[in-house]
Amino acid sequence: MTVVMTKIGIAEVRAAKDPAVLVTLGLGSCVGVCLYDSRKKVIGMAHIMLPSSKEIKNNANKAKFADTAIVMLIEEMEAIGADRKSITAKIAGGAQMFSFKSSNELLRIGERNVEAVRRELGRHRIEIVAEDVGGNYGRTIEFFSRDGSLSIRTIGHGTKVI
Amino acid sequence: MEINYENLNSMQLDVLKELGNIGAGNAVTALSKMLDKKINMEVPQVRILELAEVPEIFGGAEVPVTGIYLRMEGDISGNIMFLLPMESSKVLLDMLMGGYRDGDEFDDMDLSALEEIGNILAGSYTSSLAALTGMNIRVSVPALAIDMAGAVLSVPIIQFGHMGDSVMLIETHFSEGNKHVKGNLLLIPDVESFVNLLEKLGVA
Repeated sequence: MTVVMTKIGIAEVRAAKDPAVLVTLGLGSCVGVCLYDSRKKVIGMAHIMLPSSKEIKNNANKAKFADTAIVMLIEEMEAIGADRKSITAKIAGGAQMFSFKSSNELLRIGERNVEAVRRELGRHRIEIVAEDVGGNYGRTIEFFSRDGSLSIRTIGHGTKVI
Repeated sequence: MEINYENLNSMQLDVLKELGNIGAGNAVTALSKMLDKKINMEVPQVRILELAEVPEIFGGAEVPVTGIYLRMEGDISGNIMFLLPMESSKVLLDMLMGGYRDGDEFDDMDLSALEEIGNILAGSYTSSLAALTGMNIRVSVPALAIDMAGAVLSVPIIQFGHMGDSVMLIETHFSEGNKHVKGNLLLIPDVESFVNLLEKLGVA
């Protein structure tokens, strides 16, 4: 069977059955949340932009926020056969792309996104089994349904598989 | 009042576009003075794009770009980002320093030259904004990142994301002789400043 490679854009959520590869290109301060049910071989990826839908008035787009996107992703995975009790997570991204001398809350957004994702996954009792977060560089991530591996590419900061 | 680029009326949009034109024109004039060279500029294109479409204008989210980021404070607060494709970054360094070396690596000198270019362009852009609106605007020192377009752009995209699902992008093409540069400028007023800006421009 051919493996379908699906690109997940900013503020998108997608679940897929094996065989599948979910990809996000050029992740910066956003966080890529990758969920895996190893028994049912169902994967899911969310490209999260902001920590909380509660902080923002214009919050109709649920896939943008850590709190609402993770719920959405779990539901989409369940809809195609995943069991939330056997879901584990890998997360990547949350970089601080620019550094200013005066620290600005907006620039800490990467870190705040990572904190929010950890908190939300904890709330749903989903264990984070691996992560590659922070730093000041972009990441391209590829998530494979065959074994739940997450491959990470950068410009000038190497390549790794977690 | 809730406001974002999707629900601006055509009058408001036209004023913002015109602001983009004037600002970009002044920025290129400043660059021309700095280089002491005649620079031709095409009419800037002002576009409203969906968040996910933005990295595509650089040929994809993985393509490396130079991003120069500044913070505005004063009567209006927000950010400005100046973006250059790698090829244009090299052409600009070539214009500035006369003869760019081979290879893809930028050294510290190149990086500070790029920061300075960003500083001048964004500075002249904001001073025309200040002159047009009568507002007092200060600009921070620039911060620079050279990385994947998606990653560099995630910063302004997230800021726009507080307001809605679209961004305003001003694309400027300019050239000196046969050297062609494509530059993009993103003006990102903070949510609370956006209404203020429209008021000052008389289109709130």
